Amino acid sequence: MSDLRSLYQEIILDHNKNPRNFKKLTDATKTVEGFNPLCGDHYMLYLKVEGGVIKDIAFQGSGCAISKASASIMTTILKEKTKAEAERLFKTFHKLVTGEFAGEVNFEELGKLAAFAGVSEFPVRVKCASLPWHAMRSALDEKAETVSTE
Amino acid sequence: MSSVAHEHTSLAVETGFDVERIRNDFPILKRLIRGKPLVYLDNAATSQKPQVVIDALVEYYQTENSNIHRGVHFLSELATQAYEDVRVKAQRFINASQSREIVFVRGATEAINLVASSFGRANVKEGDEVLISGMEHHSNIVPWQLLCDQRGAHLRVIPITDAGEIRLEEYERLLTDRTKIVALTHVSNALGTVNPIRQMIQLAHRKGVPVLVDGAQGIPHFRVDVRDLNCDFYAFSSHKMFGPTGVGILYGKQEMLEAMPPYQGGGDMIRSVSFERTTFHDIPYRFEAGTPNIADGIAFGATLDYLNKLDWQAVSGHEHALLEHATEAVSTIRELRIIGTAKEKAGVVSFVMDEVHPHDIGTILDQEGIAIRTGHHCAQPVMNRFGIPATARASFAFYNTHEEVDRLVWGIQKVVEVFK
Repeated sequence: MSDLRSLYQEIILDHNKNPRNFKKLTDATKTVEGFNPLCGDHYMLYLKVEGGVIKDIAFQGSGCAISKASASIMTTILKEKTKAEAERLFKTFHKLVTGEFAGEVNFEELGKLAAFAGVSEFPVRVKCASLPWHAMRSALDEKAETVSTE
Repeated sequence: MSSVAHEHTSLAVETGFDVERIRNDFPILKRLIRGKPLVYLDNAATSQKPQVVIDALVEYYQTENSNIHRGVHFLSELATQAYEDVRVKAQRFINASQSREIVFVRGATEAINLVASSFGRANVKEGDEVLISGMEHHSNIVPWQLLCDQRGAHLRVIPITDAGEIRLEEYERLLTDRTKIVALTHVSNALGTVNPIRQMIQLAHRKGVPVLVDGAQGIPHFRVDVRDLNCDFYAFSSHKMFGPTGVGILYGKQEMLEAMPPYQGGGDMIRSVSFERTTFHDIPYRFEAGTPNIADGIAFGATLDYLNKLDWQAVSGHEHALLEHATEAVSTIRELRIIGTAKEKAGVVSFVMDEVHPHDIGTILDQEGIAIRTGHHCAQPVMNRFGIPATARASFAFYNTHEEVDRLVWGIQKVVEVFK
């Protein structure tokens, strides 16, 4: 059970059950689809970006607890962040879930994201946690309109 | 809970099926996963292999390895004989009338592609129709789609009911003069439905339409008699029936195969080659270009020997009891809904849970050493039919036990607990 609790932390279960910013943004400047065809995780991510700052961010869709909580927590963190800050957080998050921090995790700095540290012990679930982040990054990069993590 | 298990255990004893003895034949079933005994319930994805099959593979490479159908040396003759013996074993296993009706392929997927490509090229023209069911695996959809796109033909789909059964009256309506072939799964990999294919073949033949049966999920669960079914083609994979990966069989009626052009070109499938003209070998070799998967083919022969020694009535009784036990037990979990409730089912319990995605179910069960499949099972149209992105699927083989069903149920209760 201890291993499972490291993955399914209370904050993850909470955001899965009650996702924040779970709506369509009618004034979004960028909309991106995040899709994992292998497990069916499927989200729409809405961003309102003005002057290089994320003024608003929201999402809709369905998927596993890890991907949904990841999307929800991401939206709570990124509001009012600049593109550069969002990019830095993407890299931090990526390192965290792939286990690249290896023992030197600064939980204080990570804040709510620290809940995803347990994901690195479950390699097949890394793509679930990172799907919303990849979608966000692609939205800021003005890249493809559909992001897929397989 | 325990009373249900007890009841079923005694039933298994009555049927005379000694599951513990069978389990001893499969070395992997003894291994631990994260310190817990493996509960392998992903048999519809691939099955485990008995020691005799593993031994046959090793033995081939240690004592017989050489290329077949060409050398005159001792080893080549030995390997050729061993490989061709398997063709005869496969013929007898499904009660085909002749060994030349047995084509070696890589698996059921290649078998279907072979028929779609070869039979399709010769027979399906613009405006014609190919008829499949709404519960097909992608492997029995995409090859026909490719064919239809190429030929300007149309793919028609027989709808299924909420229980996951084929709507026979719709099937009859869809069988028309334009239908050139019907391709049907024997057993649905995602739902477990056993289709009434014997009756469906009769209906198609009445209209002069040949039928291909995708038997990948059928043949691991019951004995198949292609002459009794009277199917024109029957496709199956070794690895889903306790044999090695990379080998499968396409059964085709002699007159069907003989009328078909070659599938792939290359060595072994020709009689003579010049730059002006090539003449092709007889069936089945015409469809077997290149050096085949000799080692796995020969080990598949050992698989068939192993399966022939089983008491199939007892196997079927045991599997039926497992399925009934699992269905009853998981139905008591309030948060769970079974997808696929056909009257005739084999070996599969597919389910979804309120508020819990199948992927999360799979991860939690995996922590307990329980292997199930989660996802769309390469049957996205089935998922769409039921309005769900994915299911969790437990699939059984004859070496599974009632204790394992109980552990599955216990594991699902743990999922409920985590997500409470």
